[in-house]
Amino acid sequence: MSLGRTAADTRLVFGRYLRQTLRSKVAVVFGAVQPLLYLVLFGPLLSRLVDVRGFGAGNAWQVFVPGVLIQLGLFGAGFVGFGLIGDLRSGVVERMRVTPVSRTALLLGRVLRDTAVVAFQAVMLVAVGLALGLRAPAGGIAVGLLFVVSLSVAVASLSYVLAMATRSEDAFAPLLSAVTLPLMLLSGILLPMSLAPGWLDVVSRCTPFRYVVDATRAAFLGDYATAAVAEGALVAAVLLVVSVWLGARRFRAENA
Amino acid sequence: MIEARGLARTFTGKHGTVEAVRGVDLSVAPGEIVGFLGPNGAGKTTTLRMLTTLLAPTAGTATVAGHDLRADPGEVRRRIGYVAQGGGTDPSIPAGEELDLQARLYGVDGRAERIAKLCARLELEGLQERPCAALSGGQRRRLDIALGLVHRPPLLFLDEPTTGLDPQSRGNLWEHIRSMRAEDGTTVFLTTHYLDEADALCDRLLIIDQGRIVAAGTPAELKRRVAGDVVTLELADPAGAAPAREALSRHPSVREAVVAAGVVRLTVEDGERQLMGLVRALDSAGVELASLNLARPTLDDVFLTVTGRSLRDAA
Ligand SMILES: Nc1ncnc2c1ncn2[C@@H]1O[C@H](COP(=O)(O)OP(=O)(O)OP(=O)(O)O)[C@@H](O)[C@H]1O
Ligand SMILES: [Mg+2]
Repeated sequence: MSLGRTAADTRLVFGRYLRQTLRSKVAVVFGAVQPLLYLVLFGPLLSRLVDVRGFGAGNAWQVFVPGVLIQLGLFGAGFVGFGLIGDLRSGVVERMRVTPVSRTALLLGRVLRDTAVVAFQAVMLVAVGLALGLRAPAGGIAVGLLFVVSLSVAVASLSYVLAMATRSEDAFAPLLSAVTLPLMLLSGILLPMSLAPGWLDVVSRCTPFRYVVDATRAAFLGDYATAAVAEGALVAAVLLVVSVWLGARRFRAENA
Repeated sequence: MIEARGLARTFTGKHGTVEAVRGVDLSVAPGEIVGFLGPNGAGKTTTLRMLTTLLAPTAGTATVAGHDLRADPGEVRRRIGYVAQGGGTDPSIPAGEELDLQARLYGVDGRAERIAKLCARLELEGLQERPCAALSGGQRRRLDIALGLVHRPPLLFLDEPTTGLDPQSRGNLWEHIRSMRAEDGTTVFLTTHYLDEADALCDRLLIIDQGRIVAAGTPAELKRRVAGDVVTLELADPAGAAPAREALSRHPSVREAVVAAGVVRLTVEDGERQLMGLVRALDSAGVELASLNLARPTLDDVFLTVTGRSLRDAA
């Protein structure tokens, strides 16, 4: 399968699923509003916590917004497997797989749509954050958005792998929360892990999102040339490559 | 067009293993319309999914549309169309968009024209703006079929294409399938539960039961081979039953004679020609008839004989 063919097919698949998302008004409105709820309803609590020891440097929004951004990548992309299960059930997946379409494109087209949705929400989130009092350098925000995008590519791919393997909402849903919930808590999304007792900090360092969250926070503070950013970038890159590879392998399998 | 040898598929799951298909050999020539008949769970869909590259066989080989199934699935896909038993449309997406995407995925030239023509042919005009969920069952089925035909495949697989269609739409589809064969030489491999459909549409039938092909031939051949004609004789006097049976059992064309309440039911080879001889045999035995009826076997009889009880008793 040529690269050109894969790219053209990816565009077709992406277009289909993007139109599907845009057609659902509820999804559009709720998708845009949901991350803002975090800022408006949870953010104000944090400004009281700034002075607690270990909370980190900078203003509360500089700690909080990066966390919500990564959470967006984790949850926004984590749930996309449900859509695939729907398509498996309706026969859409088989209908497409019987055509000569590139198998990889069937994955990438979907993942790109999911990533576009997350990216849109992330931009909205940052914009409202800025309006509420977030102060961060433009470069830091750009780096943060890059982290969110690569994370959502990785998480969406893994979500599809899991959906393909389970093939039913009943099996997929509990498995998904069993994986994402501990990962989210251990990443320090809601409160920085610098507040954690030693053992929790150690466990947290064994999970990938911890590094991405720390890196995004560092970027929002303008500390680009730090170990945190380098580690985060490395983890995000490895996660991206491994996840897409796993996803592509699954979609290319004969009995996928 | 299709050449399969020893095709088999076993499913292994939590509930044990299912040997869905156990070594199917089949050959389909270009331009043929072949029907695949069998009871529920016989392995029709599983066979089709293997032949259309969707499912890897656990054993066996097949060449489909000139390319090896395992070595060259991409080339196979380019040349086949497949309409799945359960369809394949997204309820939220308009019918026209599904058709357009399908045409793009196959790289069809002159998409709009092709789609318009297909919609006219399959009575889908005016429905293209509607989400698939807002189509009736039969309309959705016709859309599934249109999706499978959009790229004019030389080989078409249809899994129970007319289930849920009204008689008029079924007739229309049959006509369309015949005209595709006449115009483009399309080869069609279809499964069906409708015996009239198999009889009217198919050049050749394969009957599958429990994952094995148990009979094959033209509809006429199958009927002749398996069932025989049924001759029902009503006797003027029920007391004549014993001598009637005696006389008829000796007749060389009679395979089986059953007597019940003054009625003799015979299974006869080539009934039309043998009828006179049967009547003469009764006459010389002094049995008088009240009525006489000859029934040609239907595919229903074939189906029952080959896949039903009698077959399993023999096995
Ligand atoms: N994915 C699967 N996992 C496990 N068993 C399966 C699977 N698909 C089919 N089977 C089993 O394989 C057998 C053959 O099924 P198949 O769908 O091929 O039958 P069919 O001839 O198409 O029947 P129908 O007329 O009802 O459509 C059945 O016993 C079925 O339960
Ligand atoms: Mg079936």
